[in-house]
Amino acid sequence: MTTHSGGTPALSTRHLSKSFGSLVVARDIELNLPVGARYALIGPNGAGKTTLINLMTGMQTPNAGQILLGGEDITALEPQHRVRRGLARTFQINTLFAGLNPLEAVTLAVAERRGFAGKFWQNIADEKDAIEEAYEILVKLRLGDVCYQTTRELPYGRQRLLEIALALATKPKVLLLDEPAAGVPQDESGDIFEVVAGLSDDLTLLFIEHDMHVVFRFASHIIVMVGGAVFTEGSPAEIAADPGVREVYLGKRHHG
Amino acid sequence: MAQPTTTVTPQSYLLARGRWHPLEIVFWLATLLPFVLFPNYLSLASQIAITALFALSLDLILGYAGIVSLGHAAFFGIGAYSAGLFSKYVWGEPFSGLLVAAALAGLLGYGTSFIISRFRHLPLIMITLGLGLLAHEVANSAHWLTGGSDGLQGVRTQPIFGVFRFDLYGQTAYAYSLGVLFIVFLCARRLINSPFGLALRGIRENWNRMPAIGADSRAHIRKAYTIAAIIAGICGALLTQTTNSASLESISFQRSADVLVMLVLGGAGRLYGGLVGAAIFMIARDQFSGIAPQFWYFWIGVLLVAVVMFLPNGILGGLAKITARWRRP
Repeated sequence: MTTHSGGTPALSTRHLSKSFGSLVVARDIELNLPVGARYALIGPNGAGKTTLINLMTGMQTPNAGQILLGGEDITALEPQHRVRRGLARTFQINTLFAGLNPLEAVTLAVAERRGFAGKFWQNIADEKDAIEEAYEILVKLRLGDVCYQTTRELPYGRQRLLEIALALATKPKVLLLDEPAAGVPQDESGDIFEVVAGLSDDLTLLFIEHDMHVVFRFASHIIVMVGGAVFTEGSPAEIAADPGVREVYLGKRHHG
Repeated sequence: MAQPTTTVTPQSYLLARGRWHPLEIVFWLATLLPFVLFPNYLSLASQIAITALFALSLDLILGYAGIVSLGHAAFFGIGAYSAGLFSKYVWGEPFSGLLVAAALAGLLGYGTSFIISRFRHLPLIMITLGLGLLAHEVANSAHWLTGGSDGLQGVRTQPIFGVFRFDLYGQTAYAYSLGVLFIVFLCARRLINSPFGLALRGIRENWNRMPAIGADSRAHIRKAYTIAAIIAGICGALLTQTTNSASLESISFQRSADVLVMLVLGGAGRLYGGLVGAAIFMIARDQFSGIAPQFWYFWIGVLLVAVVMFLPNGILGGLAKITARWRRP
């Protein structure tokens, strides 16, 4: 259980398990993310980190266990309904609308949240508030100057930021970031995490990241996964001092 | 794409995207030329207008939402037969016939959309193909109602507004078809520039991302499919009313395949792609079949392969690329 102060966790899992035949990808995972937390999820490749995000967001179905969002059981909900309740994610591999520009893409996400994306008898340009909201999100994520450029023509680092912008447009309470700086040169990955660190304090964050400098700099709490199970969790100082974690990371040399 | 400048606000940018391009006005004025230049070809022009609208309806689901259908003629056929039967047994007034056809096709479209929206890729193509064949066989076997392979006889369409008779030269037919095409096109254009149109493009661009932004893609697809079915039904009704007959050809696999070819030729996902594709296809058929009636599909095959190889986004997509390169020094 968490060391943070009381209150219902923003997101928690109970005995969450998933396996493909004999391959166990999630083993009895119990987690609690307090409201406003900045959690890092680390572990060697194949530890089941992305699978955990997929289970939490409903993109994969668990064999057993529950997922609670703000204390409510969302295990049976489809992904889009979890998003509407405030659980958003980004993807490790860009999952963007390549042929739309950032303004259109984020406006679409805002439209879906505000519930007018099904309206077919009015011009999108008449939705002034939604468009302005989308533009503000883009500016906040340093995408304002490229918001009319087709997504597939954007530099890779900008595309990573658009991943986050799309998730933010859903106004999440909990945001799960799957390697937000994956594939970005090391000197630029700091920029992406600066943006992440600048997000609202009310937002509960869980991010997967391999770069330990980044993890120790931005996380308030670290969860270590190995072989589909939670190996240990604790504050950055506790994790840094944990000999078991050192062995996982340095001894076995699984680090990706 | 537009250049980002400091004067362009996001809203004015989106507004500008929905504005009429001068070329569009030229295009629609050009559709009036057959009245003057080709008065002997107005029946063909009418068929082109109907087929263009049919291609537009397929574009709404294929070009915008990425749903490939090989059975779209089912809705065309429903529209064709229901308009024919309505005029034969109830009332020959053309606009009410259009409405009845649109309603029945829309109803069938809405019903099947619950199946369609659950599948993607090859299974989806096979299901649409199956539904199309099914519709054809139903029309074929219901000889007592549809006339089967003899076609539906005895359709009498009254003059439009009670004044304009359908003449032998096809003048009224073309004016009627073109008018309906234009009105439905305006609606489709409005839809494309709406939030829903943006959502459809989202589905086409990335199906997997849609749930992650809270979108219910299946609901969007059901709606788009129903709208496309309604328009296809109107097309079928137009054909029946302007020819005073309905045949099995209107509900055949051939028609489903042809309209797909037209859309790919013209360029899917652009409002004018289907219109241009239909015009090229129909004129080519008219010309080539004059030369060698049995082999005209040979030339369509050549054209199709060439376009797909060299202009993957169709003829309009190719033109757009060329003009974009031309503008960029």
